[in-house]
Amino acid sequence: MNLDLRIPMGLLFTLVGAIMSIYGFFTRGSAIYERSDGMNINLSWGLIMLVFGVIMYTLGRRSDKRPRAAQVEGTTRPLGHGHGGH
Amino acid sequence: MLLYFVFVLGIGFALKRFMKTSKDFFQAGRALPAWICGLAFISANLGAQEVIGMGASGAKYGIATSHFYWIGAIPAMIFVGVFMMPFYYGSKARSVPEFLRLRFDEKTRGYNACSFAVMTVFSSGISMYAMARLIQTLHIFDSLFIRLNLPVGWVFHFAIFLSAIIVLGYIFLGGLTSAIYNEVLQFFLIVAGFLPLVWVGLKNVGGWSGLKATLPAAYTHSWRGMTNPHANPLGVEWFGLSMGLGFVLSFGYWCTDFLVIQTAMATDTEESARRVPLIAAIPKMFFPFLVILPGLIAIATPAITQHAMTQAPAVSASSNATADVGGSAEITKGLIPAKVNPVTGKVMTDEKGNPLFDYDLAIPNMLLHYFPTGILGLGLTALLASFMSGMAGNVTAFNTVWTYDLYQSYIHKNASDAHYLKVGRWTTVGGILLSIGAAYAATSFNNIMDTLQLVFSFVNAPLFATFLLGMFWKRTTGHGAFTGLVTGTVAAVLHHGLTLPTDAHPGIHGGWITVLHHYPSEMAQNFWTAIWAFSTNFVVTVIISLMTKPRPEPELVGLVYSLTPKPVEHNMQWYARPKVIALGLIVMLVALNLIFK
Repeated sequence: MNLDLRIPMGLLFTLVGAIMSIYGFFTRGSAIYERSDGMNINLSWGLIMLVFGVIMYTLGRRSDKRPRAAQVEGTTRPLGHGHGGH
Repeated sequence: MLLYFVFVLGIGFALKRFMKTSKDFFQAGRALPAWICGLAFISANLGAQEVIGMGASGAKYGIATSHFYWIGAIPAMIFVGVFMMPFYYGSKARSVPEFLRLRFDEKTRGYNACSFAVMTVFSSGISMYAMARLIQTLHIFDSLFIRLNLPVGWVFHFAIFLSAIIVLGYIFLGGLTSAIYNEVLQFFLIVAGFLPLVWVGLKNVGGWSGLKATLPAAYTHSWRGMTNPHANPLGVEWFGLSMGLGFVLSFGYWCTDFLVIQTAMATDTEESARRVPLIAAIPKMFFPFLVILPGLIAIATPAITQHAMTQAPAVSASSNATADVGGSAEITKGLIPAKVNPVTGKVMTDEKGNPLFDYDLAIPNMLLHYFPTGILGLGLTALLASFMSGMAGNVTAFNTVWTYDLYQSYIHKNASDAHYLKVGRWTTVGGILLSIGAAYAATSFNNIMDTLQLVFSFVNAPLFATFLLGMFWKRTTGHGAFTGLVTGTVAAVLHHGLTLPTDAHPGIHGGWITVLHHYPSEMAQNFWTAIWAFSTNFVVTVIISLMTKPRPEPELVGLVYSLTPKPVEHNMQWYARPKVIALGLIVMLVALNLIFK
């Protein structure tokens, strides 16, 4: 199994986060935020998701690259490391 | 939302090339890291009942719903991780029914496999039905349909087939791995979609202290009034709660249901398998804040259109406060609308004439109320993700049990591995078609789903006693286990037929034989049904086992606690040892219970 889940997941969150924060940025002060108690939730939560996505993607890429330098493509190797919960 | 669907199917395609043997397909090659399986472990359960149901109970019963987590699920997850996982993983069984055959005999396995297979198909059907209904109620795709000049009535069918095709797509291609990966993805999406909801909602009602001030005390204190069943919203006293929910129901579910166990069995080593439920328990512990809190906020939120109900509803959930406004056409409690009979358009009432509330809409209405355009899409996607994640878990569990425990054992033995892989793939298609059938059955017969869920609860309630005795008492025999299971189910049926929750009509809610006893709430009745089923099974299994011949001890090595060498933990870092993690979890659990007592 050599697909690190963190890569697609990171990509998804980065994309969604980016779209949301851009949308939030251009709708600052808009009336739609009356619902969310005056908070620009698109911008703030979009940024949080963006950061999370980038971190996930980087972590995934890093652990993907390290063993590849040592091993030949096509050999089986364990995916990621079983370190704690996220 | 579209983006999400693309990713989901993309993972399926990416994994397709790794699916070479049936082991890859059904057990994810037993090669996944523990944290992924851990998150999938709770995500498999994070389906429709969980998200919608817990939000609904939060609105109905208050923070006491967290008992489902804090004395229900978490202790059970610790138990399965520390004590039971070595037997599941170590016995090389590929499914829970297969473990039953190794430990007991063929008939016990057949009984369990059949009831489980039927159950998964219907659960995923219910998930599908609930999702389609929700999409219809919230009018998510309505504008799209109007633009395309299609009748809006098709939204329901469209939703069912869309979800079916997506789930089918990724399981057909990538098997359990793909299902697990997607469950983890869905887990993060659900968190990403619901966390801001809690954030905005809490801010709106004035934080936790504001919530406490608005709602009656019983809603924000999980242990208040637990000595007397009539003094708390659940209508259960502490004994029924901890035995019925804590011990029998939760342990029965988390320790024996292959739906969740399959994810732990997909890890690379026995140690990881043991760590899976323990890792899962950490986020699980904080889930009440994610799914129950929105329910609480929903009843505390002053509805914009309403002024009559801006004052907090008084004491009890259904009776006093709402009776005053019973005459007005629009009855709501916070954001929760009254249940409306779809045929007559009238508000449905209970035996005393009080309106019933559609608590299931607590979370969806929260999303619509608090989220502006933009993040609303994310929230709704998260909601849909939760439905699919529940469906997918059921479908893969059905696959494995059908192929290994029914097809390979009774229909076509000794075929090649490639053959079983093929069967597994096509079982996915069959399972999903059956689910669609179940979803449509739910559409035409309103009560059929309630009835079926009731039947499953009868079958499941006694199950944990069988596993407990089987794993920890070497004298237990196959005949004992089988008779115990059947009589346990009979006991559950009898108990249900003889008792009735107050305010309910005899019939589907119980009392269809004759009413001998009244419970203060339906939940109390459920808990006691489980307790009766468990005890009957336990006693009968012990008696029959003592009368029949036990299996020779060497056959039971690896299957019974006293005959199996204890797993070695010394070579692990101290913080990675299951027992240390378990201890830490218990400390956190006690702390949480004390904070919200």
